[in-house]
Amino acid sequence: MSINADTVKHVANLARLNIPEAEVGSYVDQLSQILGLMDQLNSLPTDDIEPMSHAVDILMPAREDEVVNGDNREALLACAPDSEQSHFRVPKIIE
Amino acid sequence: MPIDPNYETVIGLEVHTQLRTKSKIFCGCPNKFGAEANSQICPVCAGFPGVLPVMNREMVNMAIKTGLAINGQIKKLSVFSRKNYFYPDSPTGYQISQYDLPIVEHGELFIDLPDEPKKRIGVTRIHMEVDAGKSIHEGIVGASWVDLNRVGTPLLEIVSEPDMRSSEDAGAYLKKLRAIVRFLDVCDGNMEEGSFRCDANVSVRHYGAEKFGTRTELKNLNSIRNVMRAIDFEVDRQIDLIESGDKVVQETRLWDANKNISRSMRSKEDAHDYRYFPEPDLPPLTLEQSHIDDIKAKLPELPDAMAKRFQDEMGLSEYDAGVLTAEKEMSTYFEEANQIVSNAGKKNAKATANWVTVELLGRLNKDGLSIEDSPVSAVNLGKLVALIQTGEISGKIAKKVFAHMFDDGGDPEKIVAEKGLKQVTDSGSITAEVEKVLASHPDQVEQYRGGKTQILGFLVGKVMQATRGKANPAMVNKVLKEKLG
Repeated sequence: MSINADTVKHVANLARLNIPEAEVGSYVDQLSQILGLMDQLNSLPTDDIEPMSHAVDILMPAREDEVVNGDNREALLACAPDSEQSHFRVPKIIE
Repeated sequence: MPIDPNYETVIGLEVHTQLRTKSKIFCGCPNKFGAEANSQICPVCAGFPGVLPVMNREMVNMAIKTGLAINGQIKKLSVFSRKNYFYPDSPTGYQISQYDLPIVEHGELFIDLPDEPKKRIGVTRIHMEVDAGKSIHEGIVGASWVDLNRVGTPLLEIVSEPDMRSSEDAGAYLKKLRAIVRFLDVCDGNMEEGSFRCDANVSVRHYGAEKFGTRTELKNLNSIRNVMRAIDFEVDRQIDLIESGDKVVQETRLWDANKNISRSMRSKEDAHDYRYFPEPDLPPLTLEQSHIDDIKAKLPELPDAMAKRFQDEMGLSEYDAGVLTAEKEMSTYFEEANQIVSNAGKKNAKATANWVTVELLGRLNKDGLSIEDSPVSAVNLGKLVALIQTGEISGKIAKKVFAHMFDDGGDPEKIVAEKGLKQVTDSGSITAEVEKVLASHPDQVEQYRGGKTQILGFLVGKVMQATRGKANPAMVNKVLKEKLG
């Protein structure tokens, strides 16, 4: 797979990143280098190696099914840019 | 419903079940429906930077239970992934789900259709994921509101193979799956409140065609009836398109239950580019075989096994056993009533089953009630059946007593005693009544003796009338025949 200006814009749009037109070229170069590194890794024989899904070799910690949290509404709503009648208020989602 | 005999319908269902854990999947907030907006949230729910999800042990156990109940393979290693998308009701900007390594694969369940053998429907996978919040648009000027209470509700997504061929198949699949999760007590199965949600993937193809047609995904289906209606509508729409030379477009369509139509959900082309990657905040989930075995040993009896027991041990028909195990409440009601009948020393599960499926369900359906709302308790229905079995009352009187119990409540034993409905089985008083009837109907007696034996029914009727239905009809018959003989 190769990276061009359209790929960069597409990925930026999915991630809601605003990339100025003048910087698109440098991201094409950087992302292409990263993919180049992947190609290098792909040349190694990995048939006998289990895929790794996490960088740290630990088991998943779990907790008991207990309610320990109370009502934090006021504190959490106060962190939001806008709230109204116990709800987070956001720009209109659908018309 | 065969819509066009030249086409075959292909349906796969995705069901999201909200699990009945006490707390949420990744934090200690309560997992309860109907609380005041945003009163059950914490920094984990609200997607604050720096917080970490910690897995709820019970969620994993419920997933294993459900997987075992559908004969699925429980994976010793499963992995959580991030599904990335932006929407205000998901403050993290991603949903934690499972993607290429779900906890359950290769399950199956068997659906019951009237007058057809059981049909196997494959279950591709079950994966664990987290629910999103709710946005509110109506009645708010220039903004939308977001309630995050539902964020963190544990969900199992249960994905079927495209094995269903009609809306009836789909309805039967949902009924069976809902019965299973309710028997397991992992989900309350309430479609209207959204704790059991279904999306349907529907396509059509010419009979014999190897490839599937282009499918559409139907959403906003909040009852089994709506799922079936939406599928029928969609199949018609797709066939019309093909017949008129158009093409079916792969898209998501929303069902409008008020208008009985579906409409296209306008979506951007890149809407499905979720860029899944392994969730860095959760290491892989590994399971010990001994843990899976422990859960397996404690599984409750499931609908199919229970229906088999009702047939093998109680002699019920396949149909009755199916009706009585379709809902957990129904099977509990039947077993409780039947226990009362057995306790009275008159084991007769068939009679109990008949009273539940014919009299009780008939009346409940007529009044639009479900078994949970039955004005007649299981204990009282059991007592009524016992009264018939022990010969205290006749079946005919029992129907009157039942109507009384349904309308005004009460214990059948008391009603029978208060209203003097007890069956007369004393041969002396029956003989006396028979003699009176014979004396006042000499013509009919002569006709009977002259060979017109069908007149017996008339005479039985007269005796029953004279005793206000309380005489034991078998005894009346016997005594009459003796006297006429």
